[in-house]
Amino acid sequence: MDFQLSCPIPKSEYDKILIAHGGGGTLTHQLITKIFLNQFGNEYLNQLHDGAILEINKTRFAFTTDSYVVNPIFFSGGNIGELAVNGTINDLVCCGAKPLFISTGFIIEEGFEIEDLWKIVLSMKAAADKANVMIVTGDTKVVEKGKGDKIFINTSGIGIVYDGLNISPQNVKVGDVIILNGRIAEHGIAIMSEREGLEFETKIQSDTAALNSLVDEILKVTKNISVMRDPTRGGIASALNEIASSANVKIEIYEEEIPISEDVLGACEILGLDPLYIANEGKILLFVQESDAEKVLNVMRNHPLGKESKIIGKVLDKGSPLVTMKTLIGSTRIVDMISGEQLPRIC
Amino acid sequence: MKYLSEFRDYRSAKLLAKKINEITKHNWTIMEICGGQTHSILKYSIDELLPSKISLIHGPGCPVCVTPLEMIDKAIKIASRSDVIFTSFGDMLRVPGSELDLLSVKASGGDVRMVYSPLDAVKIAQANPDKKVVFFAVGFETTAPANGMAVLTARNLGLKNFSILCSHVLVPPAIEALMSGFNSNINGFLAAGHVCTVMGFDEYIPLSEKYKIPIVVTGFEPIDILQGIYKCIYLLESGEAIVDNQYSRVVKKEGNLEAKNIINTVFEITDRKWRGIGLIPKSGYKLKDEFSEFDAEKIFDLGDINVDEPEICIAGEVLQGLKIPLECPAFGKECTPENPLGAPMVSTEGACAAYFHYKKQKVN
Repeated sequence: MDFQLSCPIPKSEYDKILIAHGGGGTLTHQLITKIFLNQFGNEYLNQLHDGAILEINKTRFAFTTDSYVVNPIFFSGGNIGELAVNGTINDLVCCGAKPLFISTGFIIEEGFEIEDLWKIVLSMKAAADKANVMIVTGDTKVVEKGKGDKIFINTSGIGIVYDGLNISPQNVKVGDVIILNGRIAEHGIAIMSEREGLEFETKIQSDTAALNSLVDEILKVTKNISVMRDPTRGGIASALNEIASSANVKIEIYEEEIPISEDVLGACEILGLDPLYIANEGKILLFVQESDAEKVLNVMRNHPLGKESKIIGKVLDKGSPLVTMKTLIGSTRIVDMISGEQLPRIC
Repeated sequence: MKYLSEFRDYRSAKLLAKKINEITKHNWTIMEICGGQTHSILKYSIDELLPSKISLIHGPGCPVCVTPLEMIDKAIKIASRSDVIFTSFGDMLRVPGSELDLLSVKASGGDVRMVYSPLDAVKIAQANPDKKVVFFAVGFETTAPANGMAVLTARNLGLKNFSILCSHVLVPPAIEALMSGFNSNINGFLAAGHVCTVMGFDEYIPLSEKYKIPIVVTGFEPIDILQGIYKCIYLLESGEAIVDNQYSRVVKKEGNLEAKNIINTVFEITDRKWRGIGLIPKSGYKLKDEFSEFDAEKIFDLGDINVDEPEICIAGEVLQGLKIPLECPAFGKECTPENPLGAPMVSTEGACAAYFHYKKQKVN
């Protein structure tokens, strides 16, 4: 038999934006560093945190912004509006701040049902009230039919950083334990099953929630938190890789300890997706000094958003950023930064 | 989760690893055929649990990796047409053709949609009578029944706007090709559990006899793979060249007769070029002539697409188990999942991508 040892032609840079550029993985990271940081870079932005921490008249403020383009706009467990409010609150929380004020920008496609807009606005109001933040400014634009996809929402937020709290990857210490407040991958799978019309025995719901009341409780028992991160797009794997990289540390997580529901695990198995890379909207990763871990876990488990809190990992070492996982069968493997969107595999 | 957690159990893994260690006296090289198994081996670092006398090498069983360049270029040509909705499983979308990939076609305005089942593509065809809907039918014997079913469903519905771009490949001819190569160093095979779920394992018996190699039909969970390796080593050490079935909870000797019936109704055997390997006789399926109205290659004027793949990476050697990805000078340097030089770096089931995600620290 005549074997030709050959291979495909090299493919390098994309000259157009792909969906994967927004996926939260390596391509997003490249876009941010090569395009945005390249021009906008400064001491605040360069930290690539969930938001910027700015000092004005000796008061430390956190400032963040995020846009929401989720499809479908109504999904099991929530809608685009409460997602937009909760997401910005959580970004402020992860800066170590108490969220206070939020702005909203609406980009609406011509022909959008007013009734749907009303539903979205009602849930935004409810989410803001629940989290005790005010929506204080906003903007509305309408684009021609076909030039947008129903509705896009941008929210920005301002909060005041808690006294004595210094959240930064640079503060991560060897020995810090990593605490997660519950089951992963629920938002991503809820959206995916709705979008693709996949049906499972039980309805998987988005975990969208504002995390400020949970973090309020945690801060009552410790200030020894080096980093908090809400693992949204890209899942806990991407969040941990970002932290490992900016803190220049080696992180180990334990597969057995990562909470996940059977339904979500089953959906991931069917679709060939790794739940570590799937989005969450009500989860938080906390890097806590080990001696404070027990009391933090206690208060978290007494809060409705933290009942299943667990220590899922530990900071092992300084130098050469890496995330590894002790697998269920006792071996160790790398948990990598994902390169683009996770694509369901063929078989 | 029932039938899952048992197969990812720490104690069973330790016990199996110990048993494998005890019975391994000689050096053995075992090839797992299927990309899903390669992925599991790397994801769970199963090689770490094995004695150094056992080498695992990775076979050509990644459908994304072996789909020939010409076929990707044909897909891109069809997908670029304004009268077409092109549908595909997700992981084909990123595979580079000679110039573009399907995601780039989508970014340039082509209607390229990811589907989870070929029957979804049939539904899209029903809903869009003014468009030609094409499904990219790739894969091994595993996906052939569903793709055949899509064609039969489209015919029963009287659809005139549905077709498949067919690039099916078959496992046994690939084993034959690997074993007949002068440089084969393979002592035993783990056959692909899902392929055998459809096809059974009768057709592996003559291969095992002819080349005097044990072939163990194996599943995909870590315990499955460790059991498969145990059975294979046991057979090798006792000098037995037979076909054994580790995946008996799913695989029957005769396979799934209904699924095979669909395959035999819709497809016939054809010669097929494998990316990185070359032409392997009688190694694929094509649509039978009576279904030519559903054959995208006959519907669309694709001209002659013949592209030669330049010798840059070692994908061909990796796909034949002659080298592992870490032996490639471009691995993790010029060639990464963002900038893949070869298809095995694209698919999650490709050996290079699996090494990159789970093993790259060993390069540094």
